[in-house]
Amino acid sequence: MSREYVDGATAIARGALRAGCNFYAGYPITPATPILLHMLRELPKVGGIGIQAEDEISAISMCIGAAMTGARPFTATSGPGISLYSENIGLAIMGEVPLVIVDVMRMGPATGGATTTAQGDVQFIRWGTSGGYPIIALAPSSVTECYTLTQRAFDLAERLRTPVFLLPDKELISSMATVDVDEYVDVPVGQRPLVNAPAVSGVSAVTGRPDARLRPEESYLPYDFDPIDGIPPTSPFGGPQITRFTTSSHDEHGFLCKDPEKVGRLNDHLRLKIESRRAEIEMGELVRHPDASTLFISYGTTARAMREAVDIGHQSDQPASGLTLHTLWPLPETLILEAVQGHQRLVVPELNHGQYRHEIEWLIYRHCARNGLVPPEIVGLNRVDGGLITPEQCLQAIS
Amino acid sequence: MATSSPVQIQPVETYRNERPIPFCPGCGHSILLDRLDAALRQLQLDPTQVVIVSDIGCVGLSDQYFSTNTFHGLHGRSVAYATGIKLANPDLHVIVLMGDGGVGIGGTHVLNAARRNIGITVLVFNNFNFGMTGGEHSVTTFSDAITASTRSGNLEHPLDVCASVAVNGAGYVYRGSSFDKDLPQQMAAAIAYDGFALMDIWELCTAYFVPNNHFGRKEMLERIESLGMETGVLQHLPANEYSRRLHALTERFAGQDTMPVKALTPAFNSPLDHKFHLIIAGSAGAKVRSAAKAIGYAGVLSGLWATQRDDYPTTVKTGHSISEIILSPEEIRYTGIAKPDALVLLSEDGLKKVRHRLTTMTPDDIFITTPEFADVETAARKMILRPGAGDVRITRTNRSLIVTAAALRLLKLFPIAAYEQAIRRFQARFADENLKVVAASAGLLEE
Repeated sequence: MSREYVDGATAIARGALRAGCNFYAGYPITPATPILLHMLRELPKVGGIGIQAEDEISAISMCIGAAMTGARPFTATSGPGISLYSENIGLAIMGEVPLVIVDVMRMGPATGGATTTAQGDVQFIRWGTSGGYPIIALAPSSVTECYTLTQRAFDLAERLRTPVFLLPDKELISSMATVDVDEYVDVPVGQRPLVNAPAVSGVSAVTGRPDARLRPEESYLPYDFDPIDGIPPTSPFGGPQITRFTTSSHDEHGFLCKDPEKVGRLNDHLRLKIESRRAEIEMGELVRHPDASTLFISYGTTARAMREAVDIGHQSDQPASGLTLHTLWPLPETLILEAVQGHQRLVVPELNHGQYRHEIEWLIYRHCARNGLVPPEIVGLNRVDGGLITPEQCLQAIS
Repeated sequence: MATSSPVQIQPVETYRNERPIPFCPGCGHSILLDRLDAALRQLQLDPTQVVIVSDIGCVGLSDQYFSTNTFHGLHGRSVAYATGIKLANPDLHVIVLMGDGGVGIGGTHVLNAARRNIGITVLVFNNFNFGMTGGEHSVTTFSDAITASTRSGNLEHPLDVCASVAVNGAGYVYRGSSFDKDLPQQMAAAIAYDGFALMDIWELCTAYFVPNNHFGRKEMLERIESLGMETGVLQHLPANEYSRRLHALTERFAGQDTMPVKALTPAFNSPLDHKFHLIIAGSAGAKVRSAAKAIGYAGVLSGLWATQRDDYPTTVKTGHSISEIILSPEEIRYTGIAKPDALVLLSEDGLKKVRHRLTTMTPDDIFITTPEFADVETAARKMILRPGAGDVRITRTNRSLIVTAAALRLLKLFPIAAYEQAIRRFQARFADENLKVVAASAGLLEE
C-alpha cells in the first residue's frame, strides 16, 4: 500500500508529461504558476521546450505556432490570463489546433482574489471567444483526476484537433492530498490524424489516389473533412507537405473563403466534430442511493464536500445520491438525465452564482416539457465569499 | 519542388502561386511581395521548410499568394506565432509579414522577439495607416498627417520601429522603402541572418494615405530624411540565435527521470482512530507551510491519509499564513476544517485570521501557543510553551517548527520520529538544522 503526498499542480504537470507534452508556454499568475515552473523544469528532460512568454496572449500564440510544427502544446493560467487567451481560443477552434489549456479558477471578476478559490469561469470557458462554437472542458475533483483528466485532455485535443480545457480551482491545485499510487492509471493518448506519405504532384498523400482538387504545390488538402464531423488529417510545418493554416473562414485549401456553402459546411463541421462525439467525451461518476429523493450534481473541489455529505447521509439516515461531473462541456446530457431518474430534488452546489445550475435547469425542464413529465425541484447551493461549500451545508440541503 | 529526395533537385522558379495579388493599383504591398518572391528565389529555400506568417490588415491577405507553408493569424500576433514555430522547430525559415497596424497592436511581441534575438524575419509593410478598415491612423502615422481618424491632423508622434527594436537587441535591422532597387538582396540578407531580423519598409497606400496627404514617392523619401531617420542596414550584430540556444540548454537535461511518483510506504504506526483537524496560524515568510507540510508527510509515513490547505495573502513575506491539516485513518474528501481539534498559534498575523475559530473550540480541543498569546479567549484547553525550558532560542525563523514540533509531541498523532523522517526525506536542504530544532522542542510543552 504505497501512497503519495502531493498537490494538484504536480499531478497536472506529471499527467501532461506522461501524455507526451513537449511544448509549454505560459506567464506567471497565481495560482497557476506552479504548473509553469514544473513544466519549465521538466520539459528539457524529455527533449521538450518550455518558455515564459511576455504575456498571456503571446503564451497561447506560441503554443499554437508550436502545435502546427507537430508539437503537443500545453499552457496554464487563471482568470485574468484566460481573459487574454480569448481571441486565440477562437483561432485554435477555427484552425483546428490541438491544445490543452488549464484554467485554475480563482475568485473574480477581474483580478478578484488571486489566492482565493472559486468556480466562476464555468460559463466563460464555454463561451470564451467570439462566434459561439463548442469546446471541451474537463473538471478534476481530486489529485488523481488532475493526473488522469490531464491525459484525457491531451487525448481529446489531439484526436479531435481542438482546444480542450482543464478546469481545476485554486483549492485543488495548491492543496496537498494523499493519493493511493495504484490510482495513477495512465490514459491512452491518441494523436491527430497525420499525413505521412511523401509529396507527389496531383496525388493525394491521404488517399494515395489522384485528386483533381489538388493545387500544383499541394499533395493534400489541409482542411478537407469528410464526413462533416471527420477530423482533417494534417501535416506539420517542416514535414514533407505544404500546409496552410488560417484563422479566417476558409476552404479545403486553407484559403480565405466566403462561399456560403463552404463556409456553412465548415462552421457546421466545427460544431459537429464535438457534438457527434458526446458519448466518448461525457464523463462522470454517480453514487446512487436507492432510497434517495435528493440528487446532488457537482464538480471540482465542491464535489468533494458533496461526496462527503453523501457518505455521511448514508450512515445517518439522510440518503442522497451524488453525481460528480468530470466533463463540464459539452454538457453531459445523457449522464445527467440518467442520474436524475428517480429523484424529486436536485441540488447543485458550486462556488459561483449558479452558472452550471442554469444549464441543468434548461436541460431538465426541456426534457420534462417534451416528455410530459413533472420536473424535479432544482435548487442551487452557492458560495462566492472565497470559502468552501461544506459537507454540513450539503447535508442541510437534503430533503 | 526541392526535397531531400536523391532525384536531381530542380531550382524553384517561383515561390508565388498563380493567384493574382489583389491590392489596389500602385499599392506598395504588391511590390514587396514580388521582392519577397525574388529574395526566396535567390536563396532557393525548400518551400516545405519555409513558413510565411501573416496577421491582419491588407498585408494579412499576402500569405495566400505563396506556395510555401503559411500561417494566417490574429491582428498583431504574427510574431508570437512565429516565435512558437521557431522554438519548436529551429530549422524552419520563418518569415513574418505584418503592417504598421500589427506593429502597434503587437508591439510587445515585436520588442520581445527582438530582445530574445529569435531567428525569425519580420517584414513590416509600413504605409502609415490602416488600409483595410478605411485609412485610420497607426503608430507610424506622421504628426499632422490626415487620416480617417485624424481629420484635423495627427497629434501623435510616429513610432520609430527600427530604433525601438535596435536598442532592445535586435540582431539585424534595416529601414528602406518599396522603391529600393536592391530590395530582393536586402530581404535575402535578412532572411539568411540567423537571429532576429526586422525590415521596416516604407511604402504607399494609394487608397487612403496618398490621396489624404498629397503624398507620393518624393514626399515619403523626404519625410524619412526630415525625421532624421537613417536608411539601409542600421544594425547587424553577431547572431546568437535564441531557439538554438534554448535547444542546446535543453540537451543538458535529456533523459533524466521526469516527475517520478514519490511513493511512501508506512514505516511508523499512528494511534489515530478518527479524523483529526489541526490548524497552524502564523505569519507569511516564517516557514509555517513547510512545518505543516512535514506533518502530512509524517502522517502518510504512519499509514494515515493527510491533506493540507493553505491561506495566505498575495504579498510574500508579510501578512498571515494559515495551514489547515487533516489526518485520518480513512480517505479524506472534504479538505476544509469546520472546527479544529487543535490549533497552534504562532503570531499576531495568525491570530487575526483564527480568532473566530478559537471561539468555536471546546474544552475537548487543544490550543497551543507561546506566552504572549496566553490570554487569548477560547474554551479550548490551553497549552503554553515554556520557551526558557529548552536549549535553543526561539527566533522568527525557527518559531514555526519548534512550536509545531512541541505540539506534535503533545498530540501524539504519530511518533515524532515520523516527523523527523519526513524532514530528512522531503526537506533535505535544511534537514540538519531543522532536526536540531525538532530535538530542542522536547520538554517545552508539558501537561
